[in-house]
Amino acid sequence: MSFQEVVFYLFSLTLLLSAGAVVLARNTVHSALFLVLTFFTTSAIWLLLEAEFLAITLILVYVGAVMVLFLFVIMMLDVDLAKLKEGFIQYLPIGVLVVLVMSAEMIMVVGSSKFGTDAYPIPVPKAADYSNTKDLGSVLYTEYVLQFELAAVILLVAIIAAIALTMRRRPNTKYQSPAKQVMVKKADRLRIVKMDSE
Amino acid sequence: MLEMMLSVWDWMPEALQVLIKIVAIVAPLMLAVAYTTYAERKVISYMQVRIGPNRVGPRGWLQPIADAVKLMFKEIVIPTNANRFLFLMAPILSIGPSLAAWAVIPFNDVLLLSSLDASLLYILALTSVGVYGVIIAGWASNSKYAMMGALRSAAQIVAYEIAMGFALVGVLMAAGSLNLNDIVLGQQGSMASWYVWPLLPLFFVYFISGVAETNRAPFDVAEGESEIVAGFHVEYSGMAFAVFFLAEYANIILIAALTAILFFGGWLSPFEGVTALTGTSFAFLMELSIAWFLLKTSFFIFVFLWLRATFPRYRYDQIMRLGWKVFIPVTIVWLFVESIMFLMKVGPWSVGA
Repeated sequence: MSFQEVVFYLFSLTLLLSAGAVVLARNTVHSALFLVLTFFTTSAIWLLLEAEFLAITLILVYVGAVMVLFLFVIMMLDVDLAKLKEGFIQYLPIGVLVVLVMSAEMIMVVGSSKFGTDAYPIPVPKAADYSNTKDLGSVLYTEYVLQFELAAVILLVAIIAAIALTMRRRPNTKYQSPAKQVMVKKADRLRIVKMDSE
Repeated sequence: MLEMMLSVWDWMPEALQVLIKIVAIVAPLMLAVAYTTYAERKVISYMQVRIGPNRVGPRGWLQPIADAVKLMFKEIVIPTNANRFLFLMAPILSIGPSLAAWAVIPFNDVLLLSSLDASLLYILALTSVGVYGVIIAGWASNSKYAMMGALRSAAQIVAYEIAMGFALVGVLMAAGSLNLNDIVLGQQGSMASWYVWPLLPLFFVYFISGVAETNRAPFDVAEGESEIVAGFHVEYSGMAFAVFFLAEYANIILIAALTAILFFGGWLSPFEGVTALTGTSFAFLMELSIAWFLLKTSFFIFVFLWLRATFPRYRYDQIMRLGWKVFIPVTIVWLFVESIMFLMKVGPWSVGA
């Protein structure tokens, strides 16, 4: 077994175990941390595929930003685990059914008949000075520029929608205006009164 | 002798070579971290007309060693009902990324561990991972103050990371590369071709975001002593606390080194292109060398300490306002200005490109 294979199997095993642990962990914070581990090992496997730009972006976006906010929310919530575990047996048959159907569908779509070695030749390792970033960028901003812009617009709409849904002006809330606070002069706040000593 | 050493080096397996290189980076870094704490105490005391540490060793030079030895022999107290595994993992998660980021820092044109093509992105990814140490420490401590500190710090780091990322986009637009080595080489010529001049607003945004990212004064609400005791590491003692401390200072040195590389030409000499010096005995000043890089880095570390001695702590809502409502618009506007400069071929784009 070559060194690359050892690394691949090591990371794949970690990936599968941590992905399982995300579902099985009793503590929600542990689940979230296992998800972080899953992202990390996925990124390592992408690195083995010489997709370093995507691998680093995965860590930057999902580990560095999304999961931080996720952990934030989970730590603030007081999740009642006993209540969540209720009705486990009752929902088990339908859960198993959904899992089976989903697995079958995924095997049909991304199985070895479509993505096997006979459909795709084994990729040739790139030269050491090959720039993944440059390649990706030049395709993304020329051939797929319309799709790229569309995705950006959809994200913008999502942001505006999320803000519009959650933001409400409450008349009773008092806001501070930092600009006014900074502009304040001594004379606005302080009055020196002359008076006789008593 | 040198030939023999070189042949031994070639004979060694590659893994061992890399390991030796890592030690050659981390060991001086740890020493630098120890003496940054000494420098901090000395610089701040002189700014406050005090003397600072001067009892351990000549002029107090052994103070950081004494501190380290003291912390090593102290007991690590684990609070009751704390999550033991995560409690001990948090300091490691905090220092790991800040050391790993040094793998791509170029010390001069040949001296670097790994010339990664996407090294700027790698650094951005690793600095964003460092926040986990803080969050997990706060949560695993099972303490309200620690939790508050962790939440404050996480919100702050996420906010300033965006401004920092945008500032770095400006740099990579100027250099046309994500490779730190190429970024430094793009600033060749003279002092006037350093990226700090065309990207001046981005430099300020980057450096201030860097200060906020490392949770240093005036952005140190994560450990605001007067409000939440010591923030996320309030329950830590002994070596576990020391590791958090090391991570903070390693991050300061990293941000300072990155500022030198991205905006001030890294190892390039500030006297480059000064033809008056050629032939004189000062010609050595024009050479590029690791000394310039260390000098520039030291200056920015000094600025960190200077800021701490100068400014009072920001109020929390003002930190958030500065990050979201001031820095992000500034960077976006300057990216537009930069695109126009790119089209009109002014600044670093006037030659070639």
